[in-house]
Formats: sequence, structure tokens, C-alpha cells
Amino acid sequence: MAFIDYYKILGIAKTASEKEIKTAYRKLARKYHPDLNPDNKDAEKKFKEINEANEVLSDSENRKKYDKYGENWKHGEEFEKAQNQRQQQRQQQSSQQGFSNDEYSDFFESMFGGTGGGSSYNRGRSAKFKGNDFNAELHLNLRDVYTSQKQVLTVNDKKIRLTIPAGIENGQVIKIKQKGGPGLNGGPNGDLYIKFIIDNHSSFKRQGNHLYQDVDLDLYTAVLGGEITVNTFDEKVKLKIKPETQSGSKVKLTGKGFPVYNKDGKFGDLFITYGIKTPSNLSEEEIKLFKELQKLKAK
Amino acid sequence: MKEQLIPAQTICSHYNIEISFVDTLHHMGLIQVEIVEQNQFIHEDQISELEKIIRLHTELDINLEGIDIVLNLLQKERELQYEILMLKNKLRLYEND
Repeated sequence: MAFIDYYKILGIAKTASEKEIKTAYRKLARKYHPDLNPDNKDAEKKFKEINEANEVLSDSENRKKYDKYGENWKHGEEFEKAQNQRQQQRQQQSSQQGFSNDEYSDFFESMFGGTGGGSSYNRGRSAKFKGNDFNAELHLNLRDVYTSQKQVLTVNDKKIRLTIPAGIENGQVIKIKQKGGPGLNGGPNGDLYIKFIIDNHSSFKRQGNHLYQDVDLDLYTAVLGGEITVNTFDEKVKLKIKPETQSGSKVKLTGKGFPVYNKDGKFGDLFITYGIKTPSNLSEEEIKLFKELQKLKAK
Repeated sequence: MKEQLIPAQTICSHYNIEISFVDTLHHMGLIQVEIVEQNQFIHEDQISELEKIIRLHTELDINLEGIDIVLNLLQKERELQYEILMLKNKLRLYEND
């Protein structure tokens, strides 16, 4: 268990006055408060450290003890006695108030027995509050979200049945009420936020509800026209190619794109961009014919 | 609909706040209060926002004008993050796999 320098955490000198401690704590708390830094684990960790430092240094008794035994707390006989007494008191308080000890470091818990009572932060916590919100990520393939599907997720040993609507967007977050951490002091449970990460291993590119695909045409079909078969996301369709189709020209297949989120039966469009494949490994006869065509064009 | 409305008095005793605090938040446009048969109610969708306001006020000593600014900036941040996400998704169209 490593020693924690609470003065360093708050960025103050060991001689700092109560007012200086309060000012330093407030300044850092405003910077790292979880409400001001949503989804920022580093800020959350920092906020806990700041809070713990304030717990110790803003309470004159705690501060005295920390200053006296802090770095060598293991060797203080007197400290050991005091620690035992305090631990008993804290255990009683803890069971009465229902505080969670995981907000404190091992160092703090062994020295002060878990929970303090000095800071306004923890006094504020005596009110009933909603539990922590949980954040989770779910990785799916693009094909998985083409249709609505039911999944059972296990979050913190709890099974959660979830219907994922077709057409969910990469990075989209959905909220599941009351499936987060337990409430404080009898408050309601927090919520669970699931962020969807959609991996795309298909030949299609997706933007919103529309799909995009590049299709190569052979030179002869592009020049003379014809018919080709292309894959849409869920089937094959035949397309007529106009004579003299240019490279880079686009066609739109209405309703052949991706499902629209939460709108059953509605789909975006599929946009196909034609590329023209120049023939290679030509035979002598083919070269001769191309040269004839070239001469004709030059006339 | 009624099930989703919580009496303001219940909320005040739950969070140890005064009804005047809720009135001020309502007048400042920070939360919406519904009046049904002369009683004040708060929609359950507003609860997490109200809790955030209480925390910012009690834990960080931010006054209500400051909280209004903070909430607006957080909203702007969320919108920008969403815009970045959409742009990233759009950029994938032009990236080679």
C-alpha cells in the first residue's frame, strides 16, 4: 500500500491554512467533478483522490494524525490504537449510513477506517441520490444491425434482455433505465448506457441510412451497354447499363439501403458508383482491333 | 401520463431541498414544473437533470446562474461530440478498407 501525499494532490503546502485547503479543493473539484466530465474515467479517479485528500486535510483531527504519522503510519503505536477505535466507530457509522467504502483508497481506509465526515461533498451525500450510471460498449457487425434482434447482456452479473432496433448508428448510445448502480441512501438505481460500436466488414460503406458501393464494369459493357447483376445488402438485383456509361457515374437504387432506425419497413437508398475496368493481357488481334478503332476515332 | 409526474413536495423531501429552490429553477428555465389541479409536479425525465443541478449547487457551490451556463456548455459539448461522431462516420466513406 503506497503512501498518498494529500498535500500534493491538492497542490498546497504543508503549512496551508483551512481556507487555502478549501479553496484548493473547490478549484480542483470544479475542474474534475464527474458531472462536468461525463464519461471521463481519469477525471472520475482524480475527483476521488481530491475528495479523499479534502476528507483528511479539512478535518483538523484527521489532518493532525496524517501530519504526525502519515508517511510512517505503520510504525505509530499510538496510531494503531487510535486506528482500531476509529475503525470500530466508522464501521458503526458506515452500517448506519450505508456509505460505500470503494470511494476511498486502501491507504485512507487503513488510516481512517473508510469514511470520513468532514467535507461538504459527503455531507451532501446524506440526501437520497440515484445510483451511478453504468457505461458499456457493445461491438456488433454491420450485418447484425440490418435487422432488429434480441440479445441477453450480462452487466455486473445481471442479465439484461435487450432488443436492438435495426439501423442503429455506429457510436449511438441507448439508455436502459434503472440498470445501473444501486441508489444511495434509498435513492433509485442509476441507468445503464450502452454505446454501439458497429464494425463494417462488408463491401458497402454506410452513411446514415444510405449505403454506397463501387461496382466495376468491363469496358465492352460500359461502351455498348448491357445487363449486370449486383449485390445489394440482402439480395442480388439485375441492372441495365446504358451504352457509353462513364467511369464515376452513379445510380441510385431507392429503398435498397440500410433500415431507418425505429421506423419499421423504411429503408435508405443504395448508391452505386461505376468504375471501368480496362482490359489487360490483350491478344495481338485485340490490339489490332483497338488500333483500328483508334484510327476511326482520329478521322 | 400521471404516473410519470412526481409531486414537487415528494421530490423536495427526497432530496432535502426547499420548494422555493424548485420554484427558482423553474423560473430560471432550468427545469420544467407542471401544474395539475393547483399542485406542482415534476416529470420523471427531469429527475436526472435536477440531481445534477443539486450536486453542482451543493458540492461545488456554483450559483444557479453559473449552473445555467455550465448546462448550456455541456449541451454544446454533447452536440459537438455528436457532430464529430457523424463526421467520423462520413469520413469512413472515403477511407480505404
